[in-house]
Amino acid sequence: MTAGQLPRWVDLGLIPFLNLAAAFLVSGLVVVLIGENPLEAVQILVWGSLGYGEGIGFTLFYATNFIFTGLAVAVAFHAGLFNIGGEGQAYLGGLGVAFACLALDSVVPWYVTLPFAIIGSALTGAAWAFIPAWLQATRGSHVVITTIMFNFIASSLMVYLLNGMLKEQGSMQPETRTFEDGGRLPFLNDIFPSFGFGYAPVNLSLFLALAACLLVWLLIWRTKLGFEIRSFGANATAAIYAGISPVRTIVITMLISGGLAGMMAINEIMGSQHRLLIDFVTGYGFVGIAVALMGRAHPVGIILAAILFGMLYQGGAELSFEMPNITRDMIIVIQGLVILFAGALEYMFRPAIIRLFTPSQALKAKEA
Amino acid sequence: MSETPAIELRKINKRFGPVHANKDIDLVVKKGSIHGIIGENGAGKSTLMSILYGFYHADDGDILIDGKKETIPDSKAAIAMGIGMVHQHFMLVDNFSVLENVVLGAEDSQLLAGGLFRARSELKRLEEEYELRVDPDTLIEDLPVGLQQRVEILKALYRSAEILILDEPTGVLTPAEADHLFKILEVLRNEGKTVLLITHKLREIMAITDTVSVMRRGEMVATVETKDTSMEQLAELMVGRSVLLRVDKKPAEPKAPVMEVSNLTVTDSRGVQVVKDVSFSVRAGEIVGIAGVSGNGQSELLETLSGIRRATTGTLKIHGETIDLSTSTLDAADMRGKSMGHVPEDRHRMGLINSFTEYENSILGYHRDPAYSKGLLMDLATIKKNAVAEIEKYDIRPPNPMLKTANFSGGNQQKIVLAREIERDPEVLLVGQPTRGVDIGAIEFIHRRLVELRDAEKGILLVSVELDEIRALSDRVLVMFDGRIVGERGANAEEGDLGLLMAGVDNSPSVQGGMQ
Repeated sequence: MTAGQLPRWVDLGLIPFLNLAAAFLVSGLVVVLIGENPLEAVQILVWGSLGYGEGIGFTLFYATNFIFTGLAVAVAFHAGLFNIGGEGQAYLGGLGVAFACLALDSVVPWYVTLPFAIIGSALTGAAWAFIPAWLQATRGSHVVITTIMFNFIASSLMVYLLNGMLKEQGSMQPETRTFEDGGRLPFLNDIFPSFGFGYAPVNLSLFLALAACLLVWLLIWRTKLGFEIRSFGANATAAIYAGISPVRTIVITMLISGGLAGMMAINEIMGSQHRLLIDFVTGYGFVGIAVALMGRAHPVGIILAAILFGMLYQGGAELSFEMPNITRDMIIVIQGLVILFAGALEYMFRPAIIRLFTPSQALKAKEA
Repeated sequence: MSETPAIELRKINKRFGPVHANKDIDLVVKKGSIHGIIGENGAGKSTLMSILYGFYHADDGDILIDGKKETIPDSKAAIAMGIGMVHQHFMLVDNFSVLENVVLGAEDSQLLAGGLFRARSELKRLEEEYELRVDPDTLIEDLPVGLQQRVEILKALYRSAEILILDEPTGVLTPAEADHLFKILEVLRNEGKTVLLITHKLREIMAITDTVSVMRRGEMVATVETKDTSMEQLAELMVGRSVLLRVDKKPAEPKAPVMEVSNLTVTDSRGVQVVKDVSFSVRAGEIVGIAGVSGNGQSELLETLSGIRRATTGTLKIHGETIDLSTSTLDAADMRGKSMGHVPEDRHRMGLINSFTEYENSILGYHRDPAYSKGLLMDLATIKKNAVAEIEKYDIRPPNPMLKTANFSGGNQQKIVLAREIERDPEVLLVGQPTRGVDIGAIEFIHRRLVELRDAEKGILLVSVELDEIRALSDRVLVMFDGRIVGERGANAEEGDLGLLMAGVDNSPSVQGGMQ
């Protein structure tokens, strides 16, 4: 039974919806168990993330991060590679952004700094993906293992750098100095005051993320390189038969993937924190895996999934504030359930749905 | 022999989603007979046998074994009812001995010794009764394929099978080994066992079966006594129209060589030499067939010539250049650039990406051609137009370039590959198993197309394990055995002669171009 036998709206709409519904149902049960009203909880979550300008602003800010890390995982998926090193690549991406901003922020305006920050973050992110890619391509060391190990190395490396050469002189904080205006992206609230984003850190990188979606779509489905990436991912033997070099494909795909993950740092560092600091990635790289899974490795799906996870982040924060019984950890439980049902148990409802839909299909075929 | 049939199937139905794989199948198999089931790929033979062996469950219908109505929930139940199955791909543990393989799954107790002892004496009895001789202490990996198959049969008999199902048993055998298998089957029948033989080879049906049932598109279209029928009639029943079993072609008029291979040696990843010092040439306007039992180096030969695999030594002269294959880094795309097309042996694994659409597959390997690009992006309109033209020319059905190739039948998939490789107008075409898993109607078309290409003065290197196909198409036949070319024959080579060469027996002094 292939997915192709189901109508597209079922495959891309109904099944993800059912998975989500199941996740929320189980989450609801958990909320009941700790003695809170689940309907009220949902209300707070939705209102907190979408109910007012500032909430939406935060949701979109988180979603921007998820779009970058989700795209990173998705591009690798298309080549059959599972890049779970988005966390480390994004962390290193911060280095690239920080270099650009620290060097230029007092000399030029932000829109001159931005291209350098983009290139810097993409380069450092890609560089961090390069070693695992090279090991996979030439030695067969599995990227799942190597990329996850590189997350730890990235973490240690950044701590070392931020405690040493990058630290502001005389400061006790393991972080760089704060960027001047030339190293800060404008907040959307300053550009569109009418939306009322308030203090939400959502900034211009949202548009950068959307542009990245378009470019990834073009890359994967409209270019020769994308054709080669998809060929290699779908059937490596056939790809070799077609003269597609596995080494080249693996390395290039991972570089693009790492670069996209690295660009997440633009939103966080140049857009919000305005300084490079310890642990700014805080799991966005890992959640990107769930976003890519839920979004079916398609940019449109990734945007939707990123907004959903943005809602969970923002609404969840509101929820733990409003309902003290529901702690921050409970929110992580709910996120975990969404990932479980939408990612790992993706195929749970599928056989039933196929049974539900195929008889009518067969009838149609007969009538035709 | 009693009157109760060994197997009776009544109105068996099985659907896989929208596919109706078995429609109201009725079948009666007499006890103590060899019953053939013939049909094209996808006719539903394997589904039916899987129902009988408990892999699938029929949606409705009855199964009667020895006149008793039974349900077969799994293969364990099937074995208990005395049904044994010899699969197309053997289910043996390579690094176990014959004895251990026979006992595997029927050990009788936690300790092995008792079971092994019983098995040893039982094997001896079977050996005497059915003339099935295999040394019980040899490891499977040291046995030739024909003997491995014998172990599979022994396994079934050890589990006291009364009914033996053989699924395409001769696919991996030399003609001599196949003949030997048929002798064994005859002995089994004479001892009162019932044999169900599934095959798509008409010749085997005629040679060995008592009764033959023909399946077409999930239906049982006929059951006839073998002696009352003919190959032509069976072929017609299988396809639903009359077919030409021979290939019409005029004698070749070969011109200058377009591909010359000298002293090619290939070593595989385990360090085993799989192609040994092979030299030959292919001239424009001829089809050179490489005959041989599967696994004698033909696959590696094709892969090396097409740039997929690296050679240890050897040179290749093609498109006016001489390439040293031991140092060349040319990949498959580079070889295409030297005007070499390649229809690979395994279209599912290599020739197509089945999760891709037809039009995407129609440029696989040629996607870098500037004709398919507009600036940085691929020119999908041109690619689709091109695909539609190929679909029309090669009568690919359904004629929908947007459909995933997984949804095409074997014959149409092969036509997609063939169209892609032939329409780029190569000087040399490498073709591996062009009609494996392809229905008879499409075989006719593919053979005709290859002969047309030959008549257009292209050179074709054809590798096939189907001796009939080699003999029907080739203008010259090279026989490969154990990585070497052990003989060369002309267009009208005798089957028996080729069969002996394929088995590594060279008793003819007339080796013309062999590389001994």
